[in-house]
Amino acid sequence: MLSKKQARAFFLGGTVVTFLIFIGLTVFSLGEAQDQSHSENITEAVVRGKKLWDSNNCMGCHTIMGEGGYYAPELTKVIDRLNIRYDGAGKEVIKSILKSPTPWEPHGRKMVAYNMSEEEASDIVAFFDWIDDIDLNGFETVISPLAKDKTNN
Amino acid sequence: MKYKSQKVAYWFFALSMLLLSLQLIYGLIMGFAHAGMDGLHEFIPFNTAKAVHTNLLVVWLLSGFMGAAYYIIPEEAQHELVSVKLAYVQLISLALVGVAAIVGYHFNYWEGRKFLEIPRPLDYLVVVNVLLFMGLILMTLFKGKRKTTTALVLTMGLLFAALLYLPGMIHFDSQVLDSFFRWWVVHLWVEGVWELIMGGILSFLLIKLTGVDREVIEKWLYVIVGLTFLSGILGTGHHYYYIGVNKIWLIVGGIFSALEPLAFLAMALFAVNMYRKGEKKHPNKTALLWTIGSAIVSFVGAGLLGFAHTLPQTNLYTHGTIVTAMHGHLAFWGAYAMIVFAIISYALPNMTGRKFYDTSRGRMAFWISNIGMIGMTVAFGVAGVAQVYMERKMKMDFMTVQKDLEVHFWVLIIMATMFIVGITLYIIEFFKHGQPNDEALEINEFIENQ
Repeated sequence: MLSKKQARAFFLGGTVVTFLIFIGLTVFSLGEAQDQSHSENITEAVVRGKKLWDSNNCMGCHTIMGEGGYYAPELTKVIDRLNIRYDGAGKEVIKSILKSPTPWEPHGRKMVAYNMSEEEASDIVAFFDWIDDIDLNGFETVISPLAKDKTNN
Repeated sequence: MKYKSQKVAYWFFALSMLLLSLQLIYGLIMGFAHAGMDGLHEFIPFNTAKAVHTNLLVVWLLSGFMGAAYYIIPEEAQHELVSVKLAYVQLISLALVGVAAIVGYHFNYWEGRKFLEIPRPLDYLVVVNVLLFMGLILMTLFKGKRKTTTALVLTMGLLFAALLYLPGMIHFDSQVLDSFFRWWVVHLWVEGVWELIMGGILSFLLIKLTGVDREVIEKWLYVIVGLTFLSGILGTGHHYYYIGVNKIWLIVGGIFSALEPLAFLAMALFAVNMYRKGEKKHPNKTALLWTIGSAIVSFVGAGLLGFAHTLPQTNLYTHGTIVTAMHGHLAFWGAYAMIVFAIISYALPNMTGRKFYDTSRGRMAFWISNIGMIGMTVAFGVAGVAQVYMERKMKMDFMTVQKDLEVHFWVLIIMATMFIVGITLYIIEFFKHGQPNDEALEINEFIENQ
């Protein structure tokens, strides 16, 4: 029968071993050779765009790379999807929504009117543009309604 | 209650009840918005409601855990808390930071990182607050006559939770890295160190309520927390499948997160077996109900429903959908909310001297809130599965699908109303106990000597 000492050894040993493996895998997967995010393309505009994304808590409604609020559309590949719907004017449509002084209301669901400047809206678009090129291990192919890979086929 | 300083726990529990009430209001606002009624959008847009709803959950649970620690540690260490005054300072500062953050969210003052929306200046205050809390707990433990496994596991959970808050404060320009380390906080809290806290509280309650030998209970506590870390640490990988990092996480995350239900299964079996094995029939049936209930519901919510969408092949379609909310609600309810309710139900009669051990209101609070939460979980589940098929399989437009899902949110609102009735009954029972007092110590001693 298992003793308390053995049970403690199982807890401590298991924790240490799995934690070390976790650290090892973290170092491996975040190494430069494994980069799937094209981090070299993170320009100053992308950084400013991310800052705006965070400071306005866009993730509180939208999802990006599948993470967020589930209340408003997934924004990974959003430029491509809007390009299809608006004849290649995806970026302009996004900017006009962000610059609008009145709430955007698709199907009656309201978005906060951010009334952004042209520069701020362009920075957010740059951020989306960078996100669009990240290799998401196949997730990009299932995002509704038409993912880039699907459209290119 | 054996030590006067344990009374401070009451005020942490009271703060928990207050914040929980607010959390429910913001949850309802979100439910109505999903159902197509967002009349409060001008003042409380959805992202504000969501940040408030999730952050209040975290703060009221932390307040509950802290109250639990202030109640359990002196009794386990057999020593008064080293400073009651500082514990009150810590309580007030926790409440102030929480309120400041919640108010700030209404004025676009946040970081906008899911679950970690608290702005950076307030983050530093959280760190100071937690350092004070940990100092008080560790000093009490250090000065105490004994160091039990229950106290050590509980303290280890609280200490690791404090340390794991730090990776969330590192700034990254890359959304991928930001997300990667955000999960170090969120996942390793809720599927790691918080389970240690839950295990510690569960162990304390089972020792008190069942009378089973401490050595037996604490031995199995080690096995359970061992299984938690063995599966949970590498199980973090299930958040890394589709956020732009290496495919190795599909394998590692898939295997280890599939093992995560084992810890919850062990916890449920452990609680039920200890209850059966126990010869002592403690009269506090309400506390027993919440204790055993927590172990069982956490297995269903965190274990089974987590498993339902954790494999990469399934998660490819469910990632970023309402399916996550289905799992999240029952998991947090079973594993953490119910264990806080359990320790409150056990501690309150001991702190106030009013032995409301087995009242009809107490039983109704348990059953109505649980049936309500299970109903909410079903509503989220049906909406989530429908969303996956329409949006991810049939490639329908997001907003078109959302319109079709509105009916499920009306079901959710009805079940949430039932849940709120249950919680209201619990809160009424809480305040009916009155406030803690020193006479309660004498009453407890008198009862024990009989």
